Amino acid sequence: MKTKCFNIEKLIIGIVLGWLICFIFIPNLMIVITSFLTKDDANIISLVFTLDNYLKLLDPMYVKVLWHSFYMAAFATLFCLIIGYPFAYIIARMQIKFRFFMLFLVIVPFWTNSLIRTYGLKSVLGTHGLLNKFLLALSIIDKPLHIMYSEYAVMIGLVYILLPFMILPLFSSIEKLDNCYLEAAKDLGASRWQIFRRIVLPLTIPGIIGGCLLVLLPALGMFYVADLLGGAKNLLIGNVIKTQILNMRDWPFGSATSITLTLVMAFLLYIYWKISQKIHKKVEMEI
Amino acid sequence: MKKIINTIYLFMVYAFLYIPIIVLIVNSFNVSKFGQKWKGVTFKWYGELLDNDSLIQAAIHSLTIALISATCAALLGSLMAIALYRYRFKSKNFIKGLLFVVMMSPDITMAISLLAIFTLISIELGFFTLLIAHITFCLPFVVITVLARLSGFDIRMLEAAKDLGAKEWTILSKIIMPLAKTAIMSGWLLSFTLSLDDVIISSFVTGPSYEILPLKIYSMVRVGISPEINALATVMLVFSLLLVVISKWLVREKIR
Amino acid sequence: MKSTLIISQSKPQDPVVRIKGLSKNFDGKTIINHLDLDIYHSEFLTILGPSGCGKTTVLRTIAGLEIADEGSIILDGEDVTSVSAENRQVNTVFQSYALFPHMHVFDNVAFGLRMQGVSKEEIKTRVDEVLTMVQLSDFSYRFPHQLSGGQQQRVAIARAVVNKPKVLLLDESLSALDYKLRKQMQIELKRLQRKLGITFIFVTHDQEEALSMSDRIIVMRDGIIEQAGDPKSIYEEPKNLFVAKFIGEINIFDAKVLTRLDDLHILANVEGKKDVVFCPLEKNIQINDAIKVLLRPEDIRLEELKNSQDSNEIIGYVRERNYKGMTLDSVVQLENGKTIMVSEFFNEDDPDVDHSLNQKVAITWVNNWEVVLKDED
Repeated sequence: MKTKCFNIEKLIIGIVLGWLICFIFIPNLMIVITSFLTKDDANIISLVFTLDNYLKLLDPMYVKVLWHSFYMAAFATLFCLIIGYPFAYIIARMQIKFRFFMLFLVIVPFWTNSLIRTYGLKSVLGTHGLLNKFLLALSIIDKPLHIMYSEYAVMIGLVYILLPFMILPLFSSIEKLDNCYLEAAKDLGASRWQIFRRIVLPLTIPGIIGGCLLVLLPALGMFYVADLLGGAKNLLIGNVIKTQILNMRDWPFGSATSITLTLVMAFLLYIYWKISQKIHKKVEMEI
Repeated sequence: MKKIINTIYLFMVYAFLYIPIIVLIVNSFNVSKFGQKWKGVTFKWYGELLDNDSLIQAAIHSLTIALISATCAALLGSLMAIALYRYRFKSKNFIKGLLFVVMMSPDITMAISLLAIFTLISIELGFFTLLIAHITFCLPFVVITVLARLSGFDIRMLEAAKDLGAKEWTILSKIIMPLAKTAIMSGWLLSFTLSLDDVIISSFVTGPSYEILPLKIYSMVRVGISPEINALATVMLVFSLLLVVISKWLVREKIR
Repeated sequence: MKSTLIISQSKPQDPVVRIKGLSKNFDGKTIINHLDLDIYHSEFLTILGPSGCGKTTVLRTIAGLEIADEGSIILDGEDVTSVSAENRQVNTVFQSYALFPHMHVFDNVAFGLRMQGVSKEEIKTRVDEVLTMVQLSDFSYRFPHQLSGGQQQRVAIARAVVNKPKVLLLDESLSALDYKLRKQMQIELKRLQRKLGITFIFVTHDQEEALSMSDRIIVMRDGIIEQAGDPKSIYEEPKNLFVAKFIGEINIFDAKVLTRLDDLHILANVEGKKDVVFCPLEKNIQINDAIKVLLRPEDIRLEELKNSQDSNEIIGYVRERNYKGMTLDSVVQLENGKTIMVSEFFNEDDPDVDHSLNQKVAITWVNNWEVVLKDED
């Protein structure tokens, strides 16, 4: 009996470990190593150690692109937060039977591929598209807006694809909020706004940060949104990496850019961890 | 009053999310190729879709990958979750760390790392590389969902089973698996969604031998407007909705 | 924002809260049914009843956390029926305390004052004062999760009381505490209420708690008030079977009225034996009425009989006996199968009272301690 126990355990752990090492550990390790190597036209890479790839990123041209990418992603995250928070709040306070259906409706669009949806967005944002027609009809504007191939189009596209990733963590955090705190605040004389500012907001910060991370990080890499909606002038970091790896076959440089992106991500996660530690000390809630 | 504002706001957000899709669906019936003006109903784009073998092929490939990788991820992920929950072993934190890395990595980082290893072992880019990639990025989500469910188990129930003489395999198959079923199914559904939706990783790890939707559409869109895509979007949406309805119906039957 | 000026619009002998015709429905179910209640200044009032009787809803309606469907609530002369909670000068101590987890004790207690716009200096003075009153002045900068249940409770009370509300509402506030702490808090709450002089309205389902703490008790069932009165009258003179059964243990004897003997007594057939029963005229009992004779366990006296003995009194057999230190509690079964509970005190007249199992006994009671109710069946 004991040997069989032992075997199944070992088997499962073996499979699990094997898969993870093969397809996660080693590949990522390879990228880290490659980022310090040199490009070789014949063999893709040559084993010559160099820091050139990282230094190249400090070139003003690349800095500009990276900064612009970050700027677009950050704004997209902000808009997701502004749009998503009230939405998550309203749904979290609905009756249980409605709640999950409402969330389900948010997820359904994902069952057309994101690319297709971005394509659909393209026709809505165009000069003769639905948005302009709508705004012109209501006389809000008198000339069609040229949104396509601008950074705004990219931002709208990012928000469009990533909004659910902001809504879900927010919803989870807001739902956990015990109603008795809101009632206690009301009982003590707080107006709706004061309740929001002093009770709801502080207690949902974990959800806010979680949502921001789940939007910001992917946003930096979504090259297809930039491709379809942004044109050549509005690139995301993802586009840079894609071009380097797939088009120019410059693995070292592409790897370096990717590692830089990873470091940014690690840094943001570190901040998230630090903030949640601070809150954890105060509140002792699950994050 | 508050209710009205809330309803309007919800409606506006849903409108934002759905309008581009509705535009696609509507235009799939639009005579006008460019979709700028409504010129009448037609099914000809669906006809062109059916004629466009490569597009249909790509769509079927995407769906196939989604179904298979979701199932594999659900199985492998559940095993991982069970291992993390039940067994004590040295590499636990290592595994947790790796899963965390996968979940937090931007898609693009994962994409190139996978491409790197596939290149290294000289495997041809196609069905299997795609499958492996999709399973890998779906894993953490399944693990988290199932692990959350397992953590809610009363450990005494499992101890009782052991006390009554159940072997490890029995405990796994007769107690843990059935009770974790809903979590495993949500994990499956989530994986299916992520797989079907994926563009970035798929762009990197598949090859001409196994064309999938994102790349096919990409090339079509580059060239010009392709109304068959509208038809395709509609078909995919309907199909996925049908899948959900069927699975919900199946679950309901089981509860009875 | 609440006004800091507390101008009493009523005279001291007027009720501080007057509820008239209050009704509240949830999902078509009537929770409160045309309730009338007057609550007076500086009293400790307990609303007592089983789960679902509506007591918490009444409390929440006074607080303003629920708005009544019908009826009116007058707080200190002012009609507050449709005024929302944040504008009523009433504060609640919640069952789960609801201390804001992200604020320390000082900020929690100061919250209400901050909402009123009170000055920083005044806040410091008042918060320190109230924390001293609840003996938590050393804990000002701790967070709720660092406090014990009893400490959290006191913070919750401090947070409510610092605002000088006209009425303090407590919703089953002691139910989360262990027995000893609970008893301690009961005494402290009572002391606090006397010191502050504010009306406390306390909701509980624990009748022992109600009896020990209250100036007045309201017993509720299914949305209506069954009886209101001071603890003594509720305990000794229940107006109906529900109240009798809900408060303490009660023995119910079936009886039938034979004749009226005088203004205070009747002759009745109680469980088969003729007995004189205390039954004032006001009870409106007619001859041949079926009645219930109610007696508390401590009202009953048992007289041991030999097995061959008979008696004019009701006969029973001791089926269980429990030595309880102060009392000897027995379960006695009557000849017709009904069981009653008896509680006999040890005293200098009878230091060795004890019964053996199945001992035959004659059941009597202390004269005039019985309560008669019409048979409601």
